[in-house]
Amino acid sequence: MNNDVFRKNKDAAFYFLLGAIGLVALAGLGAAFYMEHYGHVVTGMTNQIVWGLPHVFALFLIVAASGVLNMASIGSVFGKPVYKARAALSGLLAIAMLAGGLMVLMLDLGRSDRLIIAMTYLNLKSVFALNVFLYTIFFSVVVLYLWTMMDRKMHGYSRYVGFAAFIWRLLLTTGTGAIFGFLVARQAYGSALLPPMFIIMSFSFGLAVFMIVQAVMYRWNDRVLDEEILRRLKNLLAVFVAAVLYFTAVYHMTNLYFAKQTDFERFILLDGGIYTTLFWVGQVLIGSVLPLFLLFTAKKSSTVVVASLLVILGGFFQLYVFLIGGQAFPLNLFPGMEQSSSFFDGVIHSYSPSLPEFLLGMGGIAVAALITAIVAKVLNFMPDDTPHPASH
Amino acid sequence: MSNDVDNSRRKFIAAGVAGTAGLVLAPGVTLLDMAHARPAGEAASSAKRWGLLIDSTKCATGCNDCVTACGKENGVASTGHPETDPQWIRKIELKEIKSGRSHSLPMMCQHCAEPPCVDVCPTGASFKRADGIVLVDRHICIGCRYCMMACPYKARSFVHEEHEDQNPDVPRGKGCVEACTLCVHRIDKDQQPACVEACSAGNHGAMLFGDLNDSNSEISKRIATFATTQVRPDLALNTGVRYQGI
Amino acid sequence: MINPAKRRSVLGWLAASLLALLLAGAMPATAQDGQGGHKLIAKGDKCVRDVDFMRRNHMNILKHQRVETMRKGVRGSQDSLKNCIECHVNPATNSVASSKEDFCMGCHSYAAVKVDCFECHSSKPKASIVGTHPIIAPGQQSEGKDKQSGLSGKIPRQMQAKLASLNMGEGVK
Ligand code: SF4
Ligand code: SF4
Repeated sequence: MNNDVFRKNKDAAFYFLLGAIGLVALAGLGAAFYMEHYGHVVTGMTNQIVWGLPHVFALFLIVAASGVLNMASIGSVFGKPVYKARAALSGLLAIAMLAGGLMVLMLDLGRSDRLIIAMTYLNLKSVFALNVFLYTIFFSVVVLYLWTMMDRKMHGYSRYVGFAAFIWRLLLTTGTGAIFGFLVARQAYGSALLPPMFIIMSFSFGLAVFMIVQAVMYRWNDRVLDEEILRRLKNLLAVFVAAVLYFTAVYHMTNLYFAKQTDFERFILLDGGIYTTLFWVGQVLIGSVLPLFLLFTAKKSSTVVVASLLVILGGFFQLYVFLIGGQAFPLNLFPGMEQSSSFFDGVIHSYSPSLPEFLLGMGGIAVAALITAIVAKVLNFMPDDTPHPASH
Repeated sequence: MSNDVDNSRRKFIAAGVAGTAGLVLAPGVTLLDMAHARPAGEAASSAKRWGLLIDSTKCATGCNDCVTACGKENGVASTGHPETDPQWIRKIELKEIKSGRSHSLPMMCQHCAEPPCVDVCPTGASFKRADGIVLVDRHICIGCRYCMMACPYKARSFVHEEHEDQNPDVPRGKGCVEACTLCVHRIDKDQQPACVEACSAGNHGAMLFGDLNDSNSEISKRIATFATTQVRPDLALNTGVRYQGI
Repeated sequence: MINPAKRRSVLGWLAASLLALLLAGAMPATAQDGQGGHKLIAKGDKCVRDVDFMRRNHMNILKHQRVETMRKGVRGSQDSLKNCIECHVNPATNSVASSKEDFCMGCHSYAAVKVDCFECHSSKPKASIVGTHPIIAPGQQSEGKDKQSGLSGKIPRQMQAKLASLNMGEGVK
């Protein structure tokens, strides 16, 4: 227990920080209670846009959770000391973010009081139910992994458990992508490209989150990250961001190739209003091009932090366009015909996110931050590069 | 059960139904189709597969009889929030882009034989009854809405608000997903779905209800005679609701 | 949330109190024990099972029947919720769950056990029964409510005191 890194004069600040995050978490819970009490009519979600802002947050947290574990995997599986020193922190972040994301998903349910039912009645054919397994085992494997890293007697197993965690995190993201991959009827989803795309996204979002948390921890402890390590990590992030961009391009190109998908592609890329803007400005410019530029030119760690923040922001835009934009485009029941009804057939569905939804999503992030802050305070999760010089 | 008993029961029921409902039945809707009495205590059987045949050439643009009847029967009413109001059945107006031909038809849960909603439901709340009717078990539905994402026909609705004054035969409430039940409570009493009854009562005769597994039923005979289609046949869901004249 | 051990003890008390309720059935009601008293409203004089058994197991019977009806389409059972409501409806409110006087809520609100049924199910019988109740005629409702049903009972005062001292918690969800 190396508590001296948190010096006394910082204690007050730490508790203040905890209090502030706690308030956000409470606001999230309050919002969930409000939605539960009045029903989803108080949200922006409708029978057209059935998954809304909470799902964007949940999806981000879950995807990033599996991605952040990558640090640990590179360390254990490929034996890189720089990453090994960060394995514990990445494991902690993975657990915290998965918990935050699942909390949001759960509290958004129409009947969140039926958690027991959700855990005990499992339809094994459902990708959702499959994900329940994936999440539970992910939690256990990562906890076990942390144990092997923190307990000297267990060190010998670290490598094997790390390998298991690596495999499992790939499965987990595949499972998340598959949730959409099975929605064959909707033009935005139902693509075999989704699971690999989600894996790449998880690499990028996860590393961005890690960079920020790491920067905060170094700052807090008045330490400076070794330049060589920073350079390596930022280059890795740049590669991931570029890969996401590449996958996005391939996804839209393949869609354009299929004639029946061109109208949907037109919607997202050309005349989808807010979704088109969010795609080009939010996802491509803010979330990819700008951070790439920053990462390639960055000398200081603060620039890398800004780039990471942009990657995260861009990730939210990307998931928003993917999830909400994908639902906003109407189902085409009768190809070749104009359709209209009182149930909004044939028209672009509108969605305006509400405050409770936003608060619930922020609550999920706050819970993840709380878990990270508290556990990192009690146990030592500070990356320690001393025994392994960065020049390795 | 011996054939004799079965037949006499059929006749008895047919007579009973004819006595009470005969006046409102349109010609062409045979009573035999409805005479599938299932005694109390007996479970629905996979020997039957209930289905609908909808003739869009007879379905008038602007006519809403089926929708109104469904709302009344199942207690599905507008709350003044069109975007969150559940709709079990809706009229879709169609216009062929090339020819300009326009027509109209009712759209509801298609009671797929391979229902995607059932496949994706995490708890098993969505299920298909032995006789092909796809239902939501509200006791274990957690309101995740995955089924709504999966249904190709936008047939399902999430209940966004509290409801009161439910029909005792049709429980429904906030936080769960619901859809057309094919009026399962009426079918189990040897009645037709409310929409079909209303369509015949209005002398439109655009909807026919019956057993798709029975080759002698009116619906099977018509499907064997005329060109009928399923909506989105490319998805190969083998829908229980078929259309004519699309 | 109530932990399992506590729940078990609450259930134990519940069973005991229900037994007391049954035993007290024959005792004359007095004006003072209005509050916790629960009146058994029933049209007929015989339940589908033994009354004591029903008090403890009605939820299991309902759950069993719900699967039969919902999943398999078995209709017309005497164990259906609809059948329960037909018989136990309070003629004053035409419901089994709209007020604490009604059949289901009388006990459930007293024991602080949440009933989920009526969030979806109607608590009313299909046709209004006011005026057709075989035991209570509408005119009789205002006075001497307690003595109307042969099954009605009161919990003795000391029993009530014991129950009140138990913190049963609000929401056993
Ligand atoms: S139409 Fe939709 S709701 Fe109905 S069975 Fe098919 S997939 Fe399920
Ligand atoms: S909303 Fe209910 S019925 Fe639909 S998938 Fe979720 S649990 Fe199943």
